[in-house]
Amino acid sequence: MLMPCSHLRPRPGALRSLVALPVLMLLGACNAVVLDPAGDVAAQQRDLVLISTGLMLLIIVPVMALTVLFAWRYRAANKAARYEPDWDHSTQLELIIWAAPLLIIICLGALTWVSTHLLDPYRPLGRVSAGQALSKQAQAQPLEVQVVALDWKWLFFYPEYGIATVNELAAPVDRPIRFRITSSSVMNSFYIPALAGQIYAMPGMETKLHAVINKPGNYVGFSANYSGAGFSGMRFRFHGLSDADFGAWVQNARTKGGALDRAAYLKLERPSENVPVQRFARVEPGLYDAALNMCVEPGKMCMHDMMQIDAKGGLGMAAVHNVRALSYDKYARRGSSGAAVLGSNAAYVGALCSPGDAKAMLALRHDRPVPLPDPGGLIGAGLPQPGRTPSIASLDAPAIL
Amino acid sequence: MSARALKADTETPVEFYLREEHDHPEGSSTMLGFWIYLMSDCLIFAILFACYAVLGGNYAAGPAPRDLFDLPLVALNTAMLLFSSITYGFAMLAMEEKKAGQTQAWLAVTGLFGLAFLGIELYEFSHLIHEGATPQRSAFLSAFFTLVGTHGLHVTFGLLWLVVLMVQVARKGLIAANRRRLMCLSLFWHFLDVIWIGVFTFVYLMGMLR
Amino acid sequence: MDTPNAADFVPVSPIFGRFTLESLPLHEPIVVATFAVVALGGAALVGALTYYRVWGYLWKEWFTSVDHKKIGIMYMILGIIMLLRGFADAIMMRLQQAIAFNGSEGYLNAHHYDQVFTAHGVIMIFFVAMPLVTGLMNYVVPLQIGARDVSFPFLNNFSFWMTTAGAVIIMMSLFVGEFATTGWLAYPPLSGIGYSPGVGVDYYIWGLQVAGVGTTLSGINLIATIVKMRAPGMGMMKMPVFTWTSLCTNILIVASFPVLTAVLALLTLDRYVGTNFFTNDFGGNPMMYVNLIWIWGHPEVYILILPLFGVFSEVTSTFSGKRLFGYTSMVYATVVITILAYVVWLHHFFTMGSGASVNSFFGITTMVISIPTGAKIFNWLFTMYRGRIRFELPMMWTVAFMLTFVVGGMTGVLLAVPPADFVLHNSLFLVAHFHNVIIGGVLFGLFAGINYWAPKAIGFRLDPVWGKRSFWLWVVGFWVAFMPLYVLGLMGVTRRMRVFDDPSYQIWFQVAALGAFMIAGGIACMLIQFYVSFRNRHALRDGSGDPWEGRTLEWSTSSPPPDYNFAFTPVVHDNDAWSDMKARGYDRPLDGYRPIHMPSNTGTGVILSGLSIVFGAAMVWYVWWLAGLSFAGILLVAIGHTFNYKRDFHIPAKTVADTEAARTRLLMAEAR
Repeated sequence: MLMPCSHLRPRPGALRSLVALPVLMLLGACNAVVLDPAGDVAAQQRDLVLISTGLMLLIIVPVMALTVLFAWRYRAANKAARYEPDWDHSTQLELIIWAAPLLIIICLGALTWVSTHLLDPYRPLGRVSAGQALSKQAQAQPLEVQVVALDWKWLFFYPEYGIATVNELAAPVDRPIRFRITSSSVMNSFYIPALAGQIYAMPGMETKLHAVINKPGNYVGFSANYSGAGFSGMRFRFHGLSDADFGAWVQNARTKGGALDRAAYLKLERPSENVPVQRFARVEPGLYDAALNMCVEPGKMCMHDMMQIDAKGGLGMAAVHNVRALSYDKYARRGSSGAAVLGSNAAYVGALCSPGDAKAMLALRHDRPVPLPDPGGLIGAGLPQPGRTPSIASLDAPAIL
Repeated sequence: MSARALKADTETPVEFYLREEHDHPEGSSTMLGFWIYLMSDCLIFAILFACYAVLGGNYAAGPAPRDLFDLPLVALNTAMLLFSSITYGFAMLAMEEKKAGQTQAWLAVTGLFGLAFLGIELYEFSHLIHEGATPQRSAFLSAFFTLVGTHGLHVTFGLLWLVVLMVQVARKGLIAANRRRLMCLSLFWHFLDVIWIGVFTFVYLMGMLR
Repeated sequence: MDTPNAADFVPVSPIFGRFTLESLPLHEPIVVATFAVVALGGAALVGALTYYRVWGYLWKEWFTSVDHKKIGIMYMILGIIMLLRGFADAIMMRLQQAIAFNGSEGYLNAHHYDQVFTAHGVIMIFFVAMPLVTGLMNYVVPLQIGARDVSFPFLNNFSFWMTTAGAVIIMMSLFVGEFATTGWLAYPPLSGIGYSPGVGVDYYIWGLQVAGVGTTLSGINLIATIVKMRAPGMGMMKMPVFTWTSLCTNILIVASFPVLTAVLALLTLDRYVGTNFFTNDFGGNPMMYVNLIWIWGHPEVYILILPLFGVFSEVTSTFSGKRLFGYTSMVYATVVITILAYVVWLHHFFTMGSGASVNSFFGITTMVISIPTGAKIFNWLFTMYRGRIRFELPMMWTVAFMLTFVVGGMTGVLLAVPPADFVLHNSLFLVAHFHNVIIGGVLFGLFAGINYWAPKAIGFRLDPVWGKRSFWLWVVGFWVAFMPLYVLGLMGVTRRMRVFDDPSYQIWFQVAALGAFMIAGGIACMLIQFYVSFRNRHALRDGSGDPWEGRTLEWSTSSPPPDYNFAFTPVVHDNDAWSDMKARGYDRPLDGYRPIHMPSNTGTGVILSGLSIVFGAAMVWYVWWLAGLSFAGILLVAIGHTFNYKRDFHIPAKTVADTEAARTRLLMAEAR
């Protein structure tokens, strides 16, 4: 957010600049990144902020003026003003005072409906910036970044390049980015004000964000949803780079970085604050999907497998004891055993080791033996289908992506 | 045009105070207040039902309703509660006829049915837990135990209340205050019945179909 | 993989639960100093009360009172005391954020700071705004509808003490253990046992559950009162607007607090029993908590603001010397807001990633609420139009509200546009917005209400000089404290941050801190105002019972009203019943008094509340035997209470006659 003030250029558009002018003058000495972003999505959101404010000022300003006027004019000391103690109704006035806000809300509502759909974070971008449409090819090939919010740092995977970084993000200018976002423990919110609006990062769930950066620069990103003690330091730099610089940045990670496998991830996942930038040259395939499905730990059933099994009616009484006590440090990192005082110890659902196990377990259901469908095609209900999903059998098998 | 101007011609002397006043009969708002309380309680059940609707399919790769529920037993349980509602109705009829002894007898029968209901429910729960289908096993089981258990807790408090009222009727007879209390418990008891019909349909019957 | 560190877990002792001497924050100097001050102050207070032998008086006349007026006043006192605590938290936050720059960590560590902002939110909403609003409704509504008390006087006393018990449990966390570090709504999984293993969230849960019982029961009570106990002639469309808004508020309370109770109970089960409602594993769903808590949380916003809309209506009409403009549309606007309050909750988390259609639906419903709200503002405006406006303190607060609240309303509608919310959500812009509506709407309204009804409640007006000082410090302080937060929000600064790395923010935080200190001055002036008014109570005495040329029934009786409120129940013929009586020349009856039937005082509420505190604390600390005992105690006391059939008495006609004769003399003296 350390952007020089020269970035503060009101853009054309009569209403917009009319509203923006005093606001920008007020903010002259500072860097109001929300009002002067560097990405097209955030710029459109900024426009929306200004237009809606302008629309509302149409009614707010008269109301404030009338309040002051009436308060002054009808003060008790002013005996010259008309006094009608019993005047309490006027159909015309009532019509106006209901209709005026109604009209504004109709305009604003239409604007909301359209812009919400247009700026839906799940929607792939249609343009790079105002007046610059996106080529079909670029639309088909956005830069994919997989984001995992950890305690308390951000992990970014670049599947296209096979690298990963911690607390540093980079993207080439004018190339659409598709973020897939999740979290390892608690809720966070992924937000780069200069780039685009925020979206929550939630454990076991995936949100998406499409955005593009239009100007090279060094921007700030952070978690916008409080997540615990290290929250304040959960910040990262986001670099908008030219294609060449981005290539160099990737190369740098490839040559200087270490390896990120499951064991390294589990170590990284432990709480730490104000973490410096880290780069990883090699990433174990499928790690993001495992993080998303909360099954990085060996032997734990993945969420999408569980949901798939549940959608087919569960695994019956035979699986009731397929619960294993946590043998690793999942919660102790926040000073607890993760166990409720009156409950059992912290536990997880065990992964099924082979399709045969699942079949055997299903066969054990006393009332309704059902053949297990081909486990190769299991996808999580409610989750988007990733390129290739790990089967319940191949949790620890390499080479998934 | 003001309301005042309209009234200008009705300047006949008006009475501004009630000179001949009677006391508000005690408890005149009780039924309304208790009804509002029941609605707020109903909302708690609504939330629990909503949770069950959302989480009811999340078995965590564990057992599903049809692996767990024993419909004949639940049907028997339902019958117990429905009978208790009917016998409570008889108690209220006896109360209307000012027959304290008969009222007490029907209340006792109601209490026994209620106890039977609770006993069967506890048996069901302990059986499930014994088999490993604990509230901790999956979100579905959490929602199931909480919804059904909350109803059971209400029945328990209803029984406690019933016993207290029987003692009070025994001591004071069917005086107005006790009759009002019996009316309130009646509302409460039938309310629990209605909730149970929801539980039976929504959780048990539809669970077996799922 | 490491195994859990055994030293991290305190074993649960069968006698003390998880309480150990380590639980006392003796190593935190700020807490120890605060404790010393509170302990000394408390000891001084207890000493003074004992010395002047007022315990008996307090117990007989106040603590056990079932009189809605006294309970109302006790609610107000609770709210004002808790305001001091909540505001102390606010000042601490402002200071921390003003200095934690350039590598400085400030003076609060994360553990402490996170408790401070959580406690600030919880206390301000549940134990400041709610008691003050409930207190106002409790005091005024029965008087406005010409009733002698509420429908269930004992329940009223019990509700107050349960709210107080909740406050005590929350305050206990300051000195024994810790408070939650989760933010005021305690979203799981952060508030789950895995990520918040300490006692903090449990204090939060039990404090709110105990207070929630009180709030729900008080809601039921006031609905029944308004529906059943109105004076003859007062149809629904002749009720004063404050009574209308109170009715809607209490409907909102009864139809939303059970949701809070249920969702907190589920969180309790997750934390205590290990169920999986909101966990990450075993099929739990944390998003459900967020939805459920906001299904309560959004109506809660209107629970707070609606009664104050009523206050502004009463004040504007009274001080403009005019009938309220558009009474009917005001009532309908209130009802519409009440209904719409239930279909907007999702706007608190557009960023959760619901689809565009869902987001736009909730965005538009939110905007629709601004239509009735806008209509209300216009109604007040046209009530002032062609009026004779006397700028007494209540009216000053009302005008300040109108000028402040519209800005908060505007930023609120802005936040209701989902794409705009994506860039402003969770930012200081959001913080500025809701303080703009809660301070500019709820607090300003409460101050208007307090200054307006104080003469009725305590028999003398509040000192206008100190009142005006307080007013200007509050209003200016508010703008100075929160406009910088709007700016910071536009600079992309998120909330709940403890340290900052961008030095350009600092000046704005410093300005905000200055504003907070001005508000502190406003609070100080207000306390001085209370003291000065008490000292000059003879000069400020309201002998007429009607110091502002009031329009509704509460002004027809004496100030303060007698225990029985009205010697004869008034008969209503017009919206502004008291104005109508004055205009048409009523005759105050001077004889023919009858004995008046009244409810008796009882200490059951206090006892149940005390047992609830013990129960809550025992649950927080896992002291199962004590929890069991206190719960059994609650049941026994409650059952024992039902065996007492003699709960009322009659005020003899002679006493009524004497009281009324004294008032007659006072009125004659005033007239002279």
